[in-house]
Order: sequence, then C-alpha cells, then structure tokens
Amino acid sequence: MAADGVKLSKNLLRMKFMQRGLDAETKKQLEEDERRIISDEHWYLDLPELCTKEYVTVLVEEESFTPCEDLQFGRISFRGFNPEVEKLMTLLNPKDEDEEEKDVSCMQTDITDEEMALRYETLVGSMKKKYAKKRERAAMDQNDNHHEMDSEKKRTFLRPQD
Amino acid sequence: MSTTGGMFAVLKEKVGQVLVPGDEFCFGAEETISLSESAKPERAVCGPGLRRSGDRLVVMKSGVLRHKPPLTFWIDSQQKRYVATKGETVIGIVTARAGDTFRVDFGGSELASLSYLAFEGATKRNRPNVQVGDLVFAQFLIANKDMEPELVCIDGSGRANGMGAFGAGGLLIKVSLGLVRRLLAPNSDIRLDLEQLFPCELVVGMNGRVWVRASSVQQTLIVANLLQSCDTMTTQQRQQLFRRVQQGAL
Repeated sequence: MAADGVKLSKNLLRMKFMQRGLDAETKKQLEEDERRIISDEHWYLDLPELCTKEYVTVLVEEESFTPCEDLQFGRISFRGFNPEVEKLMTLLNPKDEDEEEKDVSCMQTDITDEEMALRYETLVGSMKKKYAKKRERAAMDQNDNHHEMDSEKKRTFLRPQD
Repeated sequence: MSTTGGMFAVLKEKVGQVLVPGDEFCFGAEETISLSESAKPERAVCGPGLRRSGDRLVVMKSGVLRHKPPLTFWIDSQQKRYVATKGETVIGIVTARAGDTFRVDFGGSELASLSYLAFEGATKRNRPNVQVGDLVFAQFLIANKDMEPELVCIDGSGRANGMGAFGAGGLLIKVSLGLVRRLLAPNSDIRLDLEQLFPCELVVGMNGRVWVRASSVQQTLIVANLLQSCDTMTTQQRQQLFRRVQQGAL
C-alpha cells in the first residue's frame, strides 16, 4: 500500500480490522498518539488549596435558638381553650420519656378487662380451631358433625296423630 | 486525639459565664488533622451569638455562654430586635398585596414576602382568604442577610400544622425575645403559672410578638399585662403576682 504512495489516515489505521496488517512500529506510534490525546483531554481546576486542614470535629453554624434550646411549637392553649391547638401541641412537642410513661399508666380504657374476657369467651372455640393442626382440626370437625347428626335425628318430622 | 481537649474544653469551662463580642477561641492543635488520616469527624454546633471565622470561634453577642451535650454552644442574650432566621416561626402582619405575594411585616429590618400559594390547600384558582391587616403565623423559608426574607405557612409536606392566618378576638403584644424563649422552653415555669389561671390561648412568635386570647376581653387583657410584666420580674415576684390574680385581687 505504501508503495502506491497512498497514505491511509490514522483513524482508519486505528480500526480493528486494520490492526492485522500493521507492523510493530506503526502500532507503537499509534498507541503513543492515543495516550497523548487522552492525557491532553484531562483537565484540572487551578484552585488554591483552601482545605488544607481537616478538623476532628466538624463545626456547624446554627443561627436559630429553636434547636439549641429545644424550644416548643409557638401555639399554646391552656385547659382546653382551643382543642385543635392542644392536639397540635401533643403532636408537635417532643415529650420527655418520663411523661410518656406516666401517660401510659393513666391511660383511660373504654372497655374493662372483664368486658374483654366476656367478649372473647364465645370466641375460645373458634380461636382454638385456628391454632390447631390439620389433623386435630379434622377430629374436631368430626366431633362437631356428630353433634349435628344427633341434633338432626332429634329434629325429624313427627307426623301429627289424627 | 482527644476530642474534648483544646477549644471545646475551654468552651465548657466558660459555660455560664458572661462573654462579650470579640472574645475568641482557637482550635487546638490536636483538633486539626491532615486529610490523609481517616477519622470520623464529630459534629459540633455553634449556635446564635457564635460565629466561625477560619480556625477561630468568635463571640458576636454579649451574653451568657450555654452548652447542651454533646457539643452545642450558644450565647444566651437579651435583645428586642429580631433578626430573621431560617426555620423560625413568627407572627407577621400582612401589610400589602403585591401581585401574587403578600408583604408581611414581622418586626425585622425589611418586609418579608409570603406567596399566596404557600398556604394549606391554596391553588392558583383557590386563593387563600387573607386580607391586609390580618395576622399570620408563618415560618421563614429564606432568611439571610443578602436576600429578601420569605415566609411560608406550610411545612415541607404541604400541611399547615398550626400556621396560617389567625387572630379573631385576641390581642397582639410585643415582648422581649428572651421572654419568648422562656415561654417556649420545655418545662417552662411561666407556662406552668399561666396554666393555673384560666383557659386561654397563646400564639408565640420568635420575633417577640405574642397573641393572647381568653374567653373574655377582661381576661385577655389580664393575661397580656401579666406577660408583659413578666419580662422584668424575678420568679418569686411573678409567682406572687399570679397568686394575687388567681385570688381575684386584680
């Protein structure tokens, strides 16, 4: 090709299918060119070195008193004057842990323990069924069926006597 | 590499003492490490009245140095002039409507702007019903020395959370910024004393404005006067006064 006096362009020579025919020298030169292009394309910011020192503690500037003094929300209502605001107060003001514990202890209950027990009394059977294993459940069902059969027997139609 | 040594040890020693503008603290040698050393930085906060300047900490207000563990320091100072601070809630007075914003006076050096879209449930079509002269309880979204302060009446999730226009049948008074902080402090004794009196409602802005409402005009005035006189009273004087009011002597 070179004998023809026609020179192939660099970009063409760099292509994969042209690599086979190249001799070692031109290959090396191409690689070097490529490396130079890449390093030229790298650029740096010309900045003075400001952050030479790193502190063990990062110092943050805070301009507000609110986080420093744990200040509460600015709307206050006393003795249920504005129930909406009182709801907001309980929602937005972080409480001390001791107070929360107190709240739990004196929490009002709508349903007494006795009522709760009475209510669940009827559910004992079905709850038992829920937690029983499959085999046990089958046995339970059979028992139930027996009962039903008995009751059915009792309930047969009795022909009225003339 | 002790984090309690150096500057913070000095700061902790001075807690409770009076500092004046110009006092400064320097970062100790052990508090600076080179970038190559990998140490997890600890977070220290310098609150109002303290300012960082290079590797120094400078006091810029006169007052008592306060400390909250682990490493929060600030200056507790008495002042009446309010400087807008991002995130703080204030009581503002709507002074004008300018296009799609309200101009709000919050007692600072300039008026703040409040977009009519920054109310709960407001849309372009559905404008909030706020008139000139109304009071708004709002939060600073932008507050710095170079820009016009901007207020909003919603939080990040678009909820009002107690903010917005208010102020029917109440009284607005001005107190010192220190009293406001005493009112809002957790387990505040002034608040406990007030609770003993009668049902009432307060809106407390960090800019020193307090809005009071009780069930009658007379009671509203009593609470307002009590709050204003609280500023210059000792705890004993205040409790004595509150007791007298409770007994109906005033």
